[in-house]
Amino acid sequence: MIRFIARRIFLETIPALLVIATITFFLIRLAPGGPFSTEKSISVEVLNQLNSHYGLDKPLLTQYFLYLSKMLTIDFGPSFKYPGRTVTELIAESFPVSLELGLYALIIALVLGILSGMIAASKPSSIRDYLTMSVSMTGICIPSFVLGPLLVLIFSLKLGLFNVSGWNTASDRILPALSLGMVYVAYISRLTRGSLLETMVQDYIRTARAKGLSEKIIIFRHALRGAILPVLSFLGPAAAGLITGSFVIETIFSIPGLGRFFVTAAFNRDYTMIMGTVVFYALIMIFFNTIVDILIAFLNPRLRSTLK
Amino acid sequence: MKKLGLLILLPVICFIQCGSKSTPVENGIKKGILHYGNQTEPQDLDPHIVTGVPEFHIIQSLLEGLVIPDPVNLQPLPGAASSWEASEDNLNWTFHLQSNGRWSNGDPVKASDFLFSFKRILSPALAAEYAYMLYCIENAEDYHKAKIDDFSKVGVKAPDDSTLIIKLGKPTPYFLSLIMHHSWFPVHPPTILKHGNIDTRGTKWTRAENFVGNGQFTLATWQINRIITVRKNEQYWDAANVSLKEINFYPIDNNLTEERAFRTGQLHITSGLPSQKIDWYKTNKPDELRIDPYLGTYYYLINVTRKPLDNKKLRKALSLAINRDELTEHVTKGGQIPAGCFTPYNTAGYSFDTVLRFDPAEAKRLLAEAGFNDKNPVPTFSLLYNTLESHHTIAQAIQQMWKEHLGIEVTLINQEWKVYLASTNSKDYDIARMGWISDYNDPNSFLDLWVTGSGNNRTGWSNLTYDSLIDAASRASDQSIRYGHFKEAESVLMDELPIIPIYFYTNVYLLHPSVKGWHPNILNIHNYKFISLE
Repeated sequence: MIRFIARRIFLETIPALLVIATITFFLIRLAPGGPFSTEKSISVEVLNQLNSHYGLDKPLLTQYFLYLSKMLTIDFGPSFKYPGRTVTELIAESFPVSLELGLYALIIALVLGILSGMIAASKPSSIRDYLTMSVSMTGICIPSFVLGPLLVLIFSLKLGLFNVSGWNTASDRILPALSLGMVYVAYISRLTRGSLLETMVQDYIRTARAKGLSEKIIIFRHALRGAILPVLSFLGPAAAGLITGSFVIETIFSIPGLGRFFVTAAFNRDYTMIMGTVVFYALIMIFFNTIVDILIAFLNPRLRSTLK
Repeated sequence: MKKLGLLILLPVICFIQCGSKSTPVENGIKKGILHYGNQTEPQDLDPHIVTGVPEFHIIQSLLEGLVIPDPVNLQPLPGAASSWEASEDNLNWTFHLQSNGRWSNGDPVKASDFLFSFKRILSPALAAEYAYMLYCIENAEDYHKAKIDDFSKVGVKAPDDSTLIIKLGKPTPYFLSLIMHHSWFPVHPPTILKHGNIDTRGTKWTRAENFVGNGQFTLATWQINRIITVRKNEQYWDAANVSLKEINFYPIDNNLTEERAFRTGQLHITSGLPSQKIDWYKTNKPDELRIDPYLGTYYYLINVTRKPLDNKKLRKALSLAINRDELTEHVTKGGQIPAGCFTPYNTAGYSFDTVLRFDPAEAKRLLAEAGFNDKNPVPTFSLLYNTLESHHTIAQAIQQMWKEHLGIEVTLINQEWKVYLASTNSKDYDIARMGWISDYNDPNSFLDLWVTGSGNNRTGWSNLTYDSLIDAASRASDQSIRYGHFKEAESVLMDELPIIPIYFYTNVYLLHPSVKGWHPNILNIHNYKFISLE
């Protein structure tokens, strides 16, 4: 187990981060326009001072190595857009919000997704199955930027039950979490159903039936354990995406999360912020994939040897 | 089953609880708390660093310049200075500071604090984008451009704690309007020096726990992308006349979200209004809709170095074929004023004639005179704008007008903001949309843009007569002579048309009827001292 984690960190995580940071660093410099270009022109003197202040007057390779050396100490530098803040500080302040929202959305997605998948799979080709899958298909087709305003229209504007935006009261979490989680409910539901149906025709399920076990015990104790594996594989990147925030949801509900920085940093050519968010996202993605790999190996005895 | 019922019931209980409570707006009216939709997260709250309007909305509550604008007519009223006088030639200005002026930590506001602040913004290493706003001070430009390093040579003096003397390098009739800008605001020297040097950029002095200001409010909380709260400053020299107890600024950058927040009683004021909602408010809630004139011009920039747009007659024909009345009435719909010239009407008393008309017949005649006809049609050119729905619809309408009235084919190109800026800066465009919002109330802000070598003149157009007229205006101290030069210059500009003005901006937003003392003005400056909630 320790060897597995060490291998993951030294042979996969560090090289992956290095490649991601390098590609991002040079790609963003290729984008037209710089961090200080504005509609009102800036004098050459001021522009030179700004470039010198942020080290942009140095050769690109020097900037790159300086950046890498700072990155090792988790110092992503100051944000170009927000001069009084460092990138680390901005991420530290906004990530907990996205994490909280993402966790609520993940719980909604998992509970509703697996439950509805099980309901559909319990009687394939029945009205129950068609109905559940139709609803989940609709869920996949309705993007969060439609679902979010729709929920606001019904629950906030018509019924007056929630605030339309903000992140201040406990009830402010409900609509954004639903909007973010519902799309994943649909995916998880379909994955669970498909996987369960495949598992239910396996020999060990037939054995369980022959032993006279009830259908409930067969599904929960035997089938679900195997059927959950594809869901877990999907959950790795999905969870990373959920907890690092969604630009759309955060904008619609005016939530102070990390998601909006991914997009605005690129629009602002805030080089350090782009680097910070990309590297941070990559770290989270790798972390979740590692967790999922460990979980899958625990659930699937055939894969357990990979942990050694 | 019972547990399931409870699970469903819980949110319902929460719903009912949420539904029955009074709104933040209603609570705010009772407690004197203003809820302000402020569009976007401020870059910073350092008056010498920031450049945006949302930042100014907050900073003007925390810091106060020498004079503040009258809420109705923008004329200077006492701010940090209780009185002021100018020499006969308007070059030497003496300001007398408020005797009871205090910083929020209790320190007295001294003339030397202003000296420190001017030195700070003019320090080259601070890289302040708005440092040029102080260039009217004698030798300020040289100090900022590091041509001199002795600040005592810059025309500012503090003979005693309550007297500030500013010596101008050239007559600046709009001086009192200029110093209302945040680049002239003072900062508290000990606080700046506690967190860095005088010219250190991006220190922590603007954090809520560190901020010391001389304004009507103090910074209570600053939560990124969530809320900024300012509370009444009891140390403020005129605190007795400040009615509001607190202002909450919300950075809501989606104007649809902001409108919904207003509708459900979360905001007293919004920063804007989506154009598709204007008609609804006009019909259903006219008392909440505000359409105020705004000192800015929306125009098309022409790259005169490229063919066929180097042809003056073609540029004139293009302008004559635009029906600005129809455009503002049916496309933009926000009460915008069709632009008959470049400088908005009545800019500090200056108005140029309405020379830009809609005349398709004259446009056709000019096109023929320029040598374009069926056998020699105008080559297709492109119209560039940054990706935004409103720019797109305007461009589509104008594309249609040019096709209908002149038979000219135009290709529309939209680019992401920074790419578009790079294209216009490198003159990689034929025609590009542009907007100019003035920082101070004077025609110079508009007409100075088009002199040869101006960083904002991205047209490639250069005219010596125009340059000399703007130069003559900058040296004239008599306002009527100065405006005469401006009028001559603008007539050259409108004859040459390196730009095609489309409309003058308006500020369209929502204001709750409980907000009193909020008067429309062209700079969209609303000093919170004059605002109350009833």
